[in-house]
Amino acid sequence: MYLVVIAWLILAITSVASLFVGAITISPWDALEFLLRDENGLLSTERTILFELRLPRMITAILVGSSLGIAGVGFQSLFRNPLADPYIIGASSGAALGVTIAIMVGWQATLFGLRTTAVAALLGSLLIVAIVMVIGSLSQRSNSLSLLLAGVALSSMINSIVSLLMFWSEEKIMVIFAWLMGSLANNGWPSIASTSLIALVGLVLLWGLSRPLDSYLLGDVASQSLGLNLTWFRLLLVAGASIATGAAVSSAGIIGFVGLIAPHMARWTVGPKHVWLIPMSACYGAMILIAADSIARTIVAPTELPVGSITALMGCPFFLGLLLFRSRSSSFLGEAS
Amino acid sequence: MTHLVVDQLKFGYTERMIIDGVSLDLRAGEVLVLLGANGAGKTTLLRLIARQLKLKSGTMHLDESDVTKLSRRNLAQQIALMPQHENQTSTLTVHDVVSLGRMPHCGWWAPLSNTDHSRVEEAINVTGLSSFRNRSILELSGGEWRRMILARAIAQDASVLLLDEPIAGLDLKYQYEVLDQVRKLTKQNRLVSVVTLHDMNMAAMFADRVAILHGGKLLAIGKAEEVITSDVIRQAFDVEVSVMKHPTLGTPLVVPLHDFSKTRSM
Repeated sequence: MYLVVIAWLILAITSVASLFVGAITISPWDALEFLLRDENGLLSTERTILFELRLPRMITAILVGSSLGIAGVGFQSLFRNPLADPYIIGASSGAALGVTIAIMVGWQATLFGLRTTAVAALLGSLLIVAIVMVIGSLSQRSNSLSLLLAGVALSSMINSIVSLLMFWSEEKIMVIFAWLMGSLANNGWPSIASTSLIALVGLVLLWGLSRPLDSYLLGDVASQSLGLNLTWFRLLLVAGASIATGAAVSSAGIIGFVGLIAPHMARWTVGPKHVWLIPMSACYGAMILIAADSIARTIVAPTELPVGSITALMGCPFFLGLLLFRSRSSSFLGEAS
Repeated sequence: MTHLVVDQLKFGYTERMIIDGVSLDLRAGEVLVLLGANGAGKTTLLRLIARQLKLKSGTMHLDESDVTKLSRRNLAQQIALMPQHENQTSTLTVHDVVSLGRMPHCGWWAPLSNTDHSRVEEAINVTGLSSFRNRSILELSGGEWRRMILARAIAQDASVLLLDEPIAGLDLKYQYEVLDQVRKLTKQNRLVSVVTLHDMNMAAMFADRVAILHGGKLLAIGKAEEVITSDVIRQAFDVEVSVMKHPTLGTPLVVPLHDFSKTRSM
C-alpha cells in the first residue's frame, strides 16, 4: 500500500513540475506568488498558458494515462495474456472507425460536453466490444480465447475499412490522420469533467473486481468453484476495461503501448494482487503519459510532436524486450516484484 | 445434516455420452471414492456436481434444495471442488490463494473477517503449508501445489468436498496425511466427500464406499470388499489382478498379475 501512495505522490510532484516546462518556460516561484499573494505575479500570456493550456493538458494526461493503465490490467487479465493491451479486443479500431465516419460526414454534435470525435470514438469502441462479446458468447465454447480471436479478427477487418474510408476521403485524410496519431491538446474543462466521470466508472468497476480477478487467473475451473459467475464477471470486466479505454480514446485519440507497459511495471513493483496492481498501473500509466507529453512538447519546441508517436517510440523497445524475456520466463502475469 | 442426492445424471458432447445415468445418494460423514480407468468419467462427474458443466438430464439435490437452481456464490459456499489442474499464470503467494477460498463467504469487496482469517490459518496448518505461506505459487513443487489447492478447498468451509486426484504427485507420507485430514474433516464436520483416486489399495483403506465408473456408467458401488473384486476390476480396467485380504486391516488388497518378463529382456 505504501508503494502505491508513494508512487501517486511522485506522480503529483512530477505532474506539477511538468506545468512549467514547454516552449515557454514559466518560473514556479512566480506562479506560486501569483496564486498566494500577487495577481501581477504572472504575465497574462503566462496565465493563459499555465491555466488554460498546460493545466487541462496535464489533467488530461493523468486521466488518459491512468485509464489506459487500468484498462491494460483488465484486458491482460481477461485474456490471461501479458501481451494483450486495451486495443486488442477491437476497442481502438472501433474508435478509429467512429471518428473516421464522423469526420467524413462532418457530424457536429456534443454529448455531455464531449467533442464530436470523442463521442464517435466512444460509441465506436463500445459497439465493437459489444459485437465481440456477442460473437464470443455465441461460440460453442465461450471463453477468453474465443473473445481474443473474435477481437483480433474484427480489429483487422475494421482497420481495413478505416484505411479504405481514408483512401476515399482525400481532402479530410489529414484531419483523420492527425486524430489517429493521438494528442492531449484541445481538451477544455467541460471535456475533462466528462472524461473524469467516464474514467471513474471504469476504475470503480475494475477495482471492484480485484478479488475475482485474482481467482480468475487460476483458471476457469478454479474461479467457478470459488463462486465466480464467469459470464457476468467477463461482462463486467470487459465493460470496465472498455469504458476506461473509451475515456482515454475519446480525450486523446489513439495512444498505444501505455496500456501494455503500465500493468507490467506495476506488477514488478507491487506484485500480482489486483487490489494494489490496479491503482499502481493507473499511476504508471499517468506517469508515462506525462513524461511522453513533456518530451513531445519540448524536444523540438515550439513544434509539438504527436504524443502517440512518443509513446510508441518508448513502448516498442519495451515490447520487444518483453518478448525476449518471455522466452526465459514460465509466467508473466505477475513477475516477481 | 448434509445429504447429497444425484439422480440419473447424463452428460455428453454431441452424441457420445460421457456420463450416462449415474445416481448417487451420499449422507453426512461419508467418504466416497470414485475409481475408474482413464476417460471413465470421474472428473466429469465431479465437475457436473459442481455445476461446471451443463447437465443433459438428471437432478441434483443438496439437503432438499435443487443444486441446479443455487446461485454460483451460494453453490460455492456449499460445494468445494479441488480441480486436478490449475493455471500457473500468477505469482500470488500460497496465503493469497488459500485466502481466495473465503471469497464465497466474504464476497468480492469485503475485507476478510477474523473468522475468515482463522479458517485460512487452520487450512494452511492442517495441510502442512505453514512454512510456505509467503512463497510464490510458481515456486511450489507439484505436491505442494496440490496441498495448497486442498487447503483452499478446506478454507471454503463447504459441506460437500469434491476432490479430484488430491494425492497425485504426493509422496506416501503426504498421501496418508492428506487423506487422513480429509477423513477427519468429513467425520468431524459431518461433510460429504467425493474423492477420485487411481490407487485401488489406498481407496479400499480410505473410503467408506467405493464407486467404479466404466464408460460413463456406474459399474459398481458399495463397501470396498464388495466392489473391489477381480471380476469388477477386469471389467473396468481390462487387466488381470488378484484380490487378497490386507494382512492387518482386512481390506481388499489388489495384486497386479501382469507379467513383465516378456519385455524385460528386450
